[in-house]
Amino acid sequence: MLDLINVDYSTQIPNNVDLASDRQLLRALEKWHPGYIDWWKAMGPDGFQEQLVYLRTAVSVDPKGWAKFGYVKMPEYRWGILLAPQEEGRKVNFGQHMGEPAWQEIPGEYRAMLRRLVVIQGDTEPASVEQQRHLGKTAPSLYDMRNLFQVNVEEGRHLWAMVYLLHKYFGRDGREEADELLVRRSGDKDKPRMLGAFNEETPDWLSFFMFTFFTDRDGKMQLESLAQSGFDPLSRTCRFMLTEEAHHMFVGETGVGRTIQRTCEAMKAAGIEDPNDIARIRALGVIDLPTVQKKLNVHYPLTLDLFGAEISTNSANFYNAGLKGRFQETKIDDDHRLTNSTYPVLKMVDGKIAKVDEPALTALNMRLRDDYTEDCAKGVERWNKIIEKEGINFRLDLPHVAFNRRIGEFRNINATPAGILLSDTDWAKVRDDYLPSSSDGDFIASLMKPAYEPGQYASWIAPPRIGIDSKSGDFEYVKIAA
Amino acid sequence: MAEAEHKLANGKTRIDFQTAPDAYRHWKLAVEGDAATLTMDVDENAGLFEGYQLKLNSYDLGVDIELADALLRLRFEHPSVKTVVMRSGKERVFCAGANIRMLAGASHAHKVNFCKFTNETRNYVEDASEVSGIKTLCVVNGTAAGGGYELALTADHIMLVDDGTAAVSLPEVPLLAVLPGTGGLTRVVDKRKVRRDHADVFCTIEEGIRGKRAQQWRLVDELAPQSKLTEKVAERVQALASSSSRNGPQKGVTLTRVARTFSGDDIVYSSLKVSIDRAARIANIMVIGPEAAPPASVAAMLEQGAQFWPLRIARELDDAILHLRNNEFEIGTFVFRSEGDAALVRAYDEFLLAQKDNWFAHEILHLWKRVLKRLDVTSRTIVAMIEPGSCFAGTFAEIAFAADRSYMLIGQMEGDNRPPARIVLCGTNFGPYPMSNGLTRLQSRYLGDPGQLDELKGMQGEGIEADEAEELGLVTFAADDIDWNDEVRVFLEERASFSPDCLTGLEANLRFVGPETMETKIFARLTAWQNWIFQRPNAVGEEGALRRYGTGRKPNFDMRRV
Ligand SMILES: [Fe+2]
Ligand SMILES: [Fe+2]
Repeated sequence: MLDLINVDYSTQIPNNVDLASDRQLLRALEKWHPGYIDWWKAMGPDGFQEQLVYLRTAVSVDPKGWAKFGYVKMPEYRWGILLAPQEEGRKVNFGQHMGEPAWQEIPGEYRAMLRRLVVIQGDTEPASVEQQRHLGKTAPSLYDMRNLFQVNVEEGRHLWAMVYLLHKYFGRDGREEADELLVRRSGDKDKPRMLGAFNEETPDWLSFFMFTFFTDRDGKMQLESLAQSGFDPLSRTCRFMLTEEAHHMFVGETGVGRTIQRTCEAMKAAGIEDPNDIARIRALGVIDLPTVQKKLNVHYPLTLDLFGAEISTNSANFYNAGLKGRFQETKIDDDHRLTNSTYPVLKMVDGKIAKVDEPALTALNMRLRDDYTEDCAKGVERWNKIIEKEGINFRLDLPHVAFNRRIGEFRNINATPAGILLSDTDWAKVRDDYLPSSSDGDFIASLMKPAYEPGQYASWIAPPRIGIDSKSGDFEYVKIAA
Repeated sequence: MAEAEHKLANGKTRIDFQTAPDAYRHWKLAVEGDAATLTMDVDENAGLFEGYQLKLNSYDLGVDIELADALLRLRFEHPSVKTVVMRSGKERVFCAGANIRMLAGASHAHKVNFCKFTNETRNYVEDASEVSGIKTLCVVNGTAAGGGYELALTADHIMLVDDGTAAVSLPEVPLLAVLPGTGGLTRVVDKRKVRRDHADVFCTIEEGIRGKRAQQWRLVDELAPQSKLTEKVAERVQALASSSSRNGPQKGVTLTRVARTFSGDDIVYSSLKVSIDRAARIANIMVIGPEAAPPASVAAMLEQGAQFWPLRIARELDDAILHLRNNEFEIGTFVFRSEGDAALVRAYDEFLLAQKDNWFAHEILHLWKRVLKRLDVTSRTIVAMIEPGSCFAGTFAEIAFAADRSYMLIGQMEGDNRPPARIVLCGTNFGPYPMSNGLTRLQSRYLGDPGQLDELKGMQGEGIEADEAEELGLVTFAADDIDWNDEVRVFLEERASFSPDCLTGLEANLRFVGPETMETKIFARLTAWQNWIFQRPNAVGEEGALRRYGTGRKPNFDMRRV
């Protein structure tokens, strides 16, 4: 267990970066760590800092070490610095430096660009912890509560990963940026987090599941493209983070899946066939499928916004410099320079949505976003399988990319989820058909009652098929009474 | 044509410098009591030229024309306004500076004239504060980059939102390989007195500097959290208002559109006529004196409003200079002549000087100061031809003193019975129209012989004929009717044969003698350094930074130091 007052930084922090003998890094970390713990206590899970939680800790990167389970109080969690093992002879795999050996130190000319990439990624990690801090109080089960906290501590570790890079490679500026990461606050008017979606509220558990399905998947796409980086320490850091990110998306996908499952089961048991018979379905204490679709309609566009403008000079610069690649860059069969190719981009042209071929380099955000959409669609299909299996006639769909956007080409227009353009007045009339109304929000809020007994589940969600670490159904994932 | 040029948007054939608030696409001017707000909310689809979008509140000449118009209206239409809050209408972005794609696609001549105009406009913000007590607060709510920061630099007070993101920056060096800002770095080190090594660091950090350090380094004056912004702005506006000396009436003078007619190569205004001689590459500019005596009282002057002769012709001349500067690149020489009654011109000058404590007269004198400065920095040969029938008195005489050369006819031309030309000096030649070097044109002219200036002061109101004018040094050459035509023709032909670049350099070097001021530095450094860098392949070559910007590809620099 970590002694918070007398931390021996060189031995108690799991790491594979030889922390014990890196004086510069140790000194930076010693200065930063107390602020981090303060931040965690102030902004981490509200009301559960003293409880024992059955958490997974990564103590090394080999298969035996990266998933050690045990009870721990969250402020004593052993956050560590772990990078995927170094690959011998790794090269820069794209852009103008393609074929050169991957950089172990930052090239001076790219320092500012890299710092920006690391800071933006780093800012999202503590943000989601802040957004989710009140959810413990309405957890639908101890199993879900534990999953929430697992996600939270791992986002904390992701912050550590980015802070490690800032401390190790960016000198004084890096240390200042690392401190700033603890100063900004999600949704704060004065010190907001850098990206829009990370300043939104996560008011209920369905939002949390949607968030971990969609927003953490954006995180996955960003990490995947940074894992391609020619700056090897960034690549290695992100590759290890991806193993944790997979669990976050699992929490999201199964969370929504179990919600749907429960709804369908309840409908069948009550003999309700029409998924739009909302009042009767809600009376069963479950969330009707059209409302699930509306929640999806909130979260998916928000995450599309995270990819930035369709045409971006920054992303072109990042790629050309060899700092941020495409999703699965090395598996793509092309010249990996993109100076002469194009990529189709949806844009507004003369008031209509049209496909336009743009220089591939500047359309990289778009390309990553398309890969993301494809990944999302697969998950949505798995949800549809559950509905289908239960014999309910309903489909969940990803809305059109022009729907409900705040950044990029479509930010100034109104479009339906099918991509039909509407005037402001027409949009106002149908808005509540597509996005949660305040009464939808009230209804979901009314279901958010905690279920703290081992093996107990709230009315609106089905139990998981298997427990974490293969534990039985009534396992006490969080010791509430402790 | 050597350079591919953008086409003007919407099928326009010339850049029009006239606009009015109801036609603005990019700015909003709101006035409430003695406080005004200028909100920059650039319509990205309303660029002056085709081929680019004005994203993130970036600007082109069209955006700046509106700003210049708004500033002029604050001075004439809103004489009671003491403070201006300059801010952005967009969330989390103040202004991204000059639009890069516009710059990349613009001809060199357009770029230079664009920079010149934006500098003149920025100087005008500062002039409004200095001479008319219009104090500007700039609220930087997001990124203020490059020319966007330069815009903020014009304000009396810069307030930066302290949200961990809003930053001021001059990213040109790392991003575009051109000199930062619109005025080079003069405002940073001279006006705000940022330490030179700090400025060096500042100019190499692409994302700029935010929060406390921005304040510590004197890049901004004050930080404000978003949640207290409204309060803080109100406080600061109040403080600025109490430091303002402005006390004009609520109601000002409406600036009606400057009337002009284009017909062939002529542009006809009410008191000014431009005739372009394309073969000779000359614009002949005739300024026409007033027809009637000045009004009897301030009230009568205000009654005349925008039609009051000195204001009317100042605006006409300003418009003509801007038109020629930006639409007629091949016209190398401006030949000024005047026509009218010198006594009446002088009477208007004396009237304005007598009433200079009146807000309207005050603003007109300062408008003339600005128009004459605009002429000073115009990179065309400026010539004055002082002939019988002319009225180079006072303000009009300043045009002759602004000229690179002046020619005065001795006596009369055969068959012309108008009396010989005379120059008449008055109070306006000795103070109210300083050049950017802080000196009057006569002070600059007699830098080596200040005694001469005293003698001239004693000659106010006298009609000075050619021989004497030449002797006093008021004109370059005097010639009689036998020599006149040949002298003038040979001079103009010779001038037309020289390299235009060389003439621009020559004239600019000679016009601004004596001390350096922030203004002279801005224009000189801009002309010398920025225009040099703008020409170099490292910026504008096929593989230069401006051309490569936005493609994601790195520029290829010629690494030799010059
Ligand atoms: Fe993460
Ligand atoms: Fe995550």
